[in-house]
Amino acid sequence: MRGIVDAIPYARFLGVEVERREGALECVLPFRPEIVGNAALPAVHGGVLGAFLELTALLHLLDESGSERVPKPITFSVDYLRTAGPATTRARAEIFKLGRRIANVRVVAWQDDPARPVAAGNGKFLLSDGRRAPGDAGPAGPDA
Amino acid sequence: MPADRSPAPPRRYALASLFGPGQEGMVSHTPHAAHLGIRVVETGPGFGVCALPFREELIGDPARRVIFGGAITTLIDHASGLAVACAVEELTAIATIDLRVDYLRAAAPDVVLYARAECYRLTANVAFVRAVAYERAVDDPFASAMGTFMVGANRSDSSFERLIAARRGSGR
Repeated sequence: MRGIVDAIPYARFLGVEVERREGALECVLPFRPEIVGNAALPAVHGGVLGAFLELTALLHLLDESGSERVPKPITFSVDYLRTAGPATTRARAEIFKLGRRIANVRVVAWQDDPARPVAAGNGKFLLSDGRRAPGDAGPAGPDA
Repeated sequence: MPADRSPAPPRRYALASLFGPGQEGMVSHTPHAAHLGIRVVETGPGFGVCALPFREELIGDPARRVIFGGAITTLIDHASGLAVACAVEELTAIATIDLRVDYLRAAAPDVVLYARAECYRLTANVAFVRAVAYERAVDDPFASAMGTFMVGANRSDSSFERLIAARRGSGR
């Protein structure tokens, strides 16, 4: 899994790490001053949280499928539930529908207590290993 | 339709004095936006446009050199918060409730990416925003988004408030 993180420049940019806990893939976002959105609180930038959730969904899909190709996001939606303070944020994803072409993934992120999530995400990804030939147009457009 | 509708009084905008391009202060108070190199291109009543320069570190799919979707989420989230800040009459803290991004196509690599967000409805507690992200033309977006924001989430931590105070202090 470490290799996949290293292969995604944006994952390195955010400083995301992966761990395996109780058999589940867990992504870790260490706190750094560079990820602050509101310096007055301080709070992690909402965009960073959204990106972290999306990355967790993506890494989970890669881990489950064993695919080397990165699934293409179709849509990603984030609910912001609590202020994410200056602490480590963790996230876990769950695939709740794995179709031939589309995977539906749920993600939850928390800081101290998994029962008190800071954000939740829901994403749909176009899987690269569909039946279509490479270069063929997918549902999200010719190059999406 | 009533014929004798009185004209609406001119809207007040708390940030009206900051409307215009190149308001770096609207980014510099947000460390992550500054870290990404996001800059404000344009602001006006109820809308904001931000730019994100292309960087190798932001790539999400090395095979296609496509920027990671989450970086686009950050750009859109930032432009959306700016649009809300440009819509409110009184300075107040703004917190994202939810944000949905649709990835319409891959963003072109090696070019500056833009997001334009518009606050199309503002109530006492909630602001509703739509946004698009594009490389060249606003009518040819690679992503579109919808978000809702809590206004007045917290009365005393608006960094815009400090920005305005600082500008007053410096006589600008």
